[in-house]
Amino acid sequence: MENIAPISWKKSSKPHLFCPGCGHGIVLKQLGYAFDEMKIARDVTFGIDIGCSLLAWNFFDADTIQTHHGRTTSVMVGYKMAKPERIALAYMGDGGGYAIGLQALLHAAYRNNPVTVILVNNENYAMTGGQSSPTTPVGMVTSTSPNGKRAEFGKGLHGPELISEIAAPNAYIARVSISNPIQLKITLKKAIENQVKNKVFSFVEVLSICPTNWKTNAKESFEILREAEKLYPIKEFTKEKEVEK
Amino acid sequence: MTEKKLLLTGNEAAVLGAIAAGAKIMFGYPITPATEILQGWIGKADKSDELQYLQTEDEIAAGFGVLGAVLAGEIAFTASAGPGHVLLQDPLSMAENLRLPFVGIMMQRGGPSTGTVNFSQQEVNLAAFGGNGDGIRLVYSASSVLEMYTLTQEAFQMAWRYRFPTILLGDGYLGKMKTVVELPADRADVKAEPILKEVSESTNIRNCYSSEADLAEVLQKNLADWNHARKSLVLSESYELDGAETVIVAHGLVASAAKDAVSILRKSGVKIGLFRPITLHPFDTEVLKKAVAKAKKVMIFESSLNQLARIVKYELADQKVNYEEVSKPAEGFTAAEIIKAVKGK
Repeated sequence: MENIAPISWKKSSKPHLFCPGCGHGIVLKQLGYAFDEMKIARDVTFGIDIGCSLLAWNFFDADTIQTHHGRTTSVMVGYKMAKPERIALAYMGDGGGYAIGLQALLHAAYRNNPVTVILVNNENYAMTGGQSSPTTPVGMVTSTSPNGKRAEFGKGLHGPELISEIAAPNAYIARVSISNPIQLKITLKKAIENQVKNKVFSFVEVLSICPTNWKTNAKESFEILREAEKLYPIKEFTKEKEVEK
Repeated sequence: MTEKKLLLTGNEAAVLGAIAAGAKIMFGYPITPATEILQGWIGKADKSDELQYLQTEDEIAAGFGVLGAVLAGEIAFTASAGPGHVLLQDPLSMAENLRLPFVGIMMQRGGPSTGTVNFSQQEVNLAAFGGNGDGIRLVYSASSVLEMYTLTQEAFQMAWRYRFPTILLGDGYLGKMKTVVELPADRADVKAEPILKEVSESTNIRNCYSSEADLAEVLQKNLADWNHARKSLVLSESYELDGAETVIVAHGLVASAAKDAVSILRKSGVKIGLFRPITLHPFDTEVLKKAVAKAKKVMIFESSLNQLARIVKYELADQKVNYEEVSKPAEGFTAAEIIKAVKGK
């Protein structure tokens, strides 16, 4: 591990506490590489939500604050106002960002606050044991949709699409998947660069896997991820907006 | 020594107090009767390169915005009331456990929830004990426009010195009443520094623990600090308590009416005095104990059911006291009413 681990990782907190096979490890590794390549770990203040993401509270050798359900965006907006020279990252899951914290996320995007939000979408509330979330696809079995999620509860909330509707043209908004780690890293770097250079809002949704709650092996986990990639298209939303203009 | 005489409302005085204390950012959401604090701050901030503001989408974002700013070492605050004060319990709880110098000015309105828009003292429980913790919050209650200025500064100073979330309670009458005040020249000396320190050894802070023992260790330290700081934090006003056979306990604007009542009653020979807690939490128990030691009766006046009375009775649990509670939830008191109650008519 020593040879490939990002330099920005806090070694004393490894091995990390995420479940075996969890997608967070992949996201946080690529984020670590992004910090390393951009040489910014010392300039980053990392805000993390509660839920599985809380396990990243001491993941990086970077100042980190773990806050309450869905409140990470608001904390980082306030932080960034006080420290405009710092790089403010907010890290959360689909429950924190799209349900309990959606209001804060939408308004930060609407105001174009210069923070970067990274939302890891594993289609369920994982820390609480796998309940249905706003992004759970129709038919998926969870502990609150034991017979498969019903269509009447929503067909899967499309966050980047929603946010790009109200975000400023210079906001960077994208969806990526852990199935393509290189693209994931490049996208994270673009989102951070947009905060640094243009001092505007950025948002990256990362499609991820949850083998523990899905009760899947590696192959089955990636089969579900492939389905998620069909439901939630991998793309940059900013570019499209510019092309339209 | 006074700085200047100004014609001010309580809400305007709070804005000036925040500026005098060195506050740099206000986060807020419009709500009666605290809205003029947000408006007043924005009026000042728009003419200043130093002052910032954010009108947030709700009080949750305002409260957590304050926490983000104080983590960065900036003196920041919010102001709210009633239902907004309820939503602020989430950030207040985080501030309580992580020892963040959150400052909130809460102009009480009648409840539950949206109730009425002008006056009550029904947010005492919420301010002191509203979170899902043990209530390690510093709570002041202002009883005059001048105190909206001085106690706002005190709130920032103590919040940063001791790192407890701090609330200043006022109410809508106090916020909107306009009077001439002489602002003292003395300013609070608030020393703020980044809590996320930006040094080579990173600061990693969490508010979720792996075991009961881990959390207990944090809580025990916080409680020890709180108990240690109590003596330095408590504030109260004693008025005509020497030889008082009847001791009135009241806070905020009700205490202001009670003071008038005591003054009038004393002139007619009634042995009566007023104990006014300025900090509701912690409570100046020692001073009150001395006052009630020789008293025949303690009368508690408040514009809530028994939110002050519960605190008083808990603090005086080891004293033999003959209590009379006069509660008028969400309604105010005049001095005449208090006199009538004292005379038992």
